Amino acid sequence: MTEAILEVDALERRFDVSAPWLNRVIERKPRRTLRAVDGVDFDIARGQTLALVGESGCGKSTIAKLVTGLHAPSGGKIRFNGDPEKMQMIFQDPFASLNPRWRVGRIVAEPLRTLNPQAPEAQVTARVEELLDTVGLSPADAVKYPHEFSGGQRQRISIARALAGEPEFLVCDEPTSALDVSVQAQVLNLMKRLQREMGLTYLFISHDLSVVRHMADVIAVMYLGRIVEIQPTADLFATPLHPYTRMLLDTIPDLEAPKRDRAPMGGEVPSPVSPPSGCSFHPRCPLAFDRCTRERPEREPRVHDRRVACFAAAENTDV
Amino acid sequence: MTQTVLDVRNLRVEFPTRHGTLTAVDDISLTIERGEILGVVGESGAGKSMTGMAILGLLEPPGRIAAGEIHLSGDRIDTLTEPHMQRVRGRRIGAIFQDPLTSLNPLFRVGDQLVETIHLHTELGKSAARQRAMDLMREVGIPAVEERIDNYPHQFSGGMRQRIVIALALCAEPELIIADEPTTALDVSIQAQITALLKRLCRDRGTAVMLVTHDMGVIAETADRVAVMYAGRLAELGAVEDVVRRPQHPYTEGLMGSIPSLHSDEGELRMIPGSMPRLGSIPAGCAFNPRCAHAGPRCRREIPRTHGTGAACWLTLEGETA
Repeated sequence: MTEAILEVDALERRFDVSAPWLNRVIERKPRRTLRAVDGVDFDIARGQTLALVGESGCGKSTIAKLVTGLHAPSGGKIRFNGDPEKMQMIFQDPFASLNPRWRVGRIVAEPLRTLNPQAPEAQVTARVEELLDTVGLSPADAVKYPHEFSGGQRQRISIARALAGEPEFLVCDEPTSALDVSVQAQVLNLMKRLQREMGLTYLFISHDLSVVRHMADVIAVMYLGRIVEIQPTADLFATPLHPYTRMLLDTIPDLEAPKRDRAPMGGEVPSPVSPPSGCSFHPRCPLAFDRCTRERPEREPRVHDRRVACFAAAENTDV
Repeated sequence: MTQTVLDVRNLRVEFPTRHGTLTAVDDISLTIERGEILGVVGESGAGKSMTGMAILGLLEPPGRIAAGEIHLSGDRIDTLTEPHMQRVRGRRIGAIFQDPLTSLNPLFRVGDQLVETIHLHTELGKSAARQRAMDLMREVGIPAVEERIDNYPHQFSGGMRQRIVIALALCAEPELIIADEPTTALDVSIQAQITALLKRLCRDRGTAVMLVTHDMGVIAETADRVAVMYAGRLAELGAVEDVVRRPQHPYTEGLMGSIPSLHSDEGELRMIPGSMPRLGSIPAGCAFNPRCAHAGPRCRREIPRTHGTGAACWLTLEGETA
């Protein structure tokens, strides 16, 4: 096994979503906490891509913010075996994450100047031009403003800015979900090429299983703040173990084998403020039995990269 | 026997601006039969929503229909005055938009909104309208209707809200429903529930549906025929299996190739170089020619058109690069 660049252990993050103090006093409302991330652990090997997938509210973006230090964990540990300055982030919305008043050259140069304040101007300019070229933009684009670019080009600017810090590790939170498919293909191909050439490690967050299949080496499926299953990509698609993963794979529209007469699964993701008892998936699970309503399936001891938190799946397979 | 519900002929939508007139929809012709779902796909800015808005008579000024005709079951509707068009919307055409909150008033109970709409478009009295509202809510799959009918929109989840919007669109039993990205804001498991619901309603009631979306997967599983739009023009129109499996237009082909597969990891994704032109800078000839590997001199001169099934491409229209 290669060395892990990131080790996440029993990570927790709770948010206080209580009513304001006065309301609590007058209306006798209790404090309420939302467990956005509820005991999550995974490793990412250097040079690999681990993807977190799940529906909205499952906690995947909170993990991105915990890993990059934008939130502090409420419990558990995150160990980054590298220089913290070598971690960068790419956000979903290339419209909100670039300063509209700065020229592209200044946006990309900012991390360079932060890392090396004494760098001569000519060196910074040369490096900016090189970076723009790397992501498929023209060096002449440095004098333009973000609004002059399309969504896909803006995401390239975000990537150039992230690369300026010479990162080893990139946290990508839904980097292509705001883009059209043909542009998404360009950005995904670029990210894969950069990974190959620079040996980058990605934590890739997405709700789109087909994108994740294309990008990831290992996939962790999340449901209500917990990882329900983690497997290498090909294995997850070949033998999904958790009923929730199977449901997800069944419900995504499939271009090559369209399921035109599907009977969709009922139910919705419950509120994370008051999750169901036991296994939080049990109200929607076709395999649930009485133990699932009482006990929470714990994560299996670490055998390979293949773990599932499900009583039914654990009985049927020897993981 | 088929029965044409919607017949759009040579529709052209223009936006006059200070820098000249922009053509958002350029010479589009399409039809939808009773009980049929027509998918309209394209990337952002391709004009697919604009086509839907033009049919609904909801173009924001200065946008206007500059040419063409829109017929609903034989009646021309693009020339109607706004009061007349208001009666057509709701009664004969239902609309479902991406964000259910824009279609629901947050200050009124959902039941009251349904009853008001039913009251407006039908002859039913108060209690009969309430009964009908409950039937509709049941039909779109809302549990515990007796309790939920008096809830406010914020008390429902996103998927349930979209079901209520669909119930609203169904109030007057319209001939045509225009659904503009109805599942884009929803998670996959809810998305599958909503598209299944649309399909069932279309089959059971014979409603014609125009499903506008950017998601080819949703189209492949829901639509009967599909129209692919590019830069305001129709690139290709055909049966959904044909367009997905045997795309004729190089743009459609590129679009299909750029979608990551669920069945294999093909290494590098195929990609179309460049991006769709902005409305103000559409190239002469075929709008796709600067990105097309097969473009010839004729493609740079003349606009290829398709009216009916087929691809708007000189390669397929002429059988060779002209």
